[in-house]
Amino acid sequence: MGPVKPHGPLWLWLDQRVGLADLEKLAKKKQVPVHRHTIWYYFGGMTLFLFGIQVATGILLLLYYRPSAEEAYESVQFLMTEVQFGWLIRSIHAWAANLMIFTLFIHLFSVLLLRVYRPPREITWFSGVALMGLAMGFGFTGYLLPWNELAYFATKVGTEITGAVPVVGPFLGRLLRGGAEVTGATLTRFYGIHVAILPALTAMLVGLHLFLVQKHGMSVPMDVERSGAPHRTMPFVPNFLLRDMVGWLAALAALAALAAFFPAELGRKADPFLSAPAGIKPEWYFMFMFQTLKYLPSRILGIEGEIVGILAFGVGGVFLLLIPLLDRRTARGEPSRLFPAIGVAIILYMLVLTYLGYTTSATK
Amino acid sequence: MNKETGMAYALDEASTRRRFINWFLGTSTGAFLVAVLYPVSRYLVPPEVGESTAGTVTLAIKPDDVKPNTGQIFKFGSRPGILVRTAAGELRAFSAVCTHLNCTVQYRPDISHIWCACHNGHYDLNGKNVEGPPPRPLDTFVVNARGNQIVVSKGA
Repeated sequence: MGPVKPHGPLWLWLDQRVGLADLEKLAKKKQVPVHRHTIWYYFGGMTLFLFGIQVATGILLLLYYRPSAEEAYESVQFLMTEVQFGWLIRSIHAWAANLMIFTLFIHLFSVLLLRVYRPPREITWFSGVALMGLAMGFGFTGYLLPWNELAYFATKVGTEITGAVPVVGPFLGRLLRGGAEVTGATLTRFYGIHVAILPALTAMLVGLHLFLVQKHGMSVPMDVERSGAPHRTMPFVPNFLLRDMVGWLAALAALAALAAFFPAELGRKADPFLSAPAGIKPEWYFMFMFQTLKYLPSRILGIEGEIVGILAFGVGGVFLLLIPLLDRRTARGEPSRLFPAIGVAIILYMLVLTYLGYTTSATK
Repeated sequence: MNKETGMAYALDEASTRRRFINWFLGTSTGAFLVAVLYPVSRYLVPPEVGESTAGTVTLAIKPDDVKPNTGQIFKFGSRPGILVRTAAGELRAFSAVCTHLNCTVQYRPDISHIWCACHNGHYDLNGKNVEGPPPRPLDTFVVNARGNQIVVSKGA
């Protein structure tokens, strides 16, 4: 820790009123362990950075977007063709969403494989898995907002999947759609969920998640801990933060390039009286589930195949959430091969099914 | 009354009062929460809108416009239907809502199937699910070509 720099009168004035010195002490206290797995520490911050981009570009999009079935498509078309840099803002919003889910997955699976969820960080894991659910909710609701053909059918399928859940499904499906069918009422509802409900929940959970990360400090992987190697650390401010920012700048550059070379498409306006177009696909992070539903036969043990699939994914999600409570060996600090193996199996399953989703012919 | 029992009595009285106040506060809080949450939860559930109960629809499509081995989507109330002319020339109509996950099906002239693009579900020209994930046949409508008009109605 370097010598404390002398502070100016403004700093002193603010310090007496908001307590800057406490914040400075907190920032200086935070240390990041240095070892061969340090690289994985960057992906949480990267996800948060991309979320910040989503908030900023999302607010800008709100200034032109109109959430009704009659006007939504036209307002996005206007934004893309008439508004200066409208295409850029929307494209960055779409690409940053994808990148954010991607870095979130990397963050989640690195935490899973390094078994960072062991005590006392179980609640950090729960809040992280819940944040993944919210991120996917953002993706699902945001996808509908341009009110184009792809969005319309993706939402029909997605809400129908909710409706297929036994007992509570039909009610949930109606609640989500704002009626019996996907209509303008659904669009308005998804808009409210996308721009108000999910951001509020995310802000609370991110707050909890970050608070817990500060409270427990950065976790050191079990194998590093057990190797007995001396603990090396670097200060978070400025050493790690500056490295973080290099990553953020790289992400921003990648975003700008992706937005410029592959701007977000709009497609055709949704029409409830047109057939679903051939080659219809969901966002890539839903692809493994989508492809699984395609392979399931219409009946499994007398139950509709889709319901079996949906229940299986539901059980899978609950399993993922509860891993800290199920992995008793890791909780006791004993070596455990089972849960990393399950993690690898989940990753492989998602990779293979996603690959098949993009390569098998849609019409066969 | 000696001093000890007097104190116990006072304590007992105090705890009874405390319990009474806590019970009062607790039920007030509960009542308040119910008074807030009940309207909000009812608000979130969309009102029932009377579904179009039209059992018969006259199509804007003329019989001659539907060539053999083609299909067209039409409006049947608030939901889509599909009108197919088989290669043999017969007109048939079904609900176009896939029984799997609600996508809108289309006619595939290359294999003479009704096909759903969303999850690769196939139906034959009787609306029967023959391949892929759909669990049930499509609902069948009755088609009547009266002169220059096509009238589709729900089966009896």
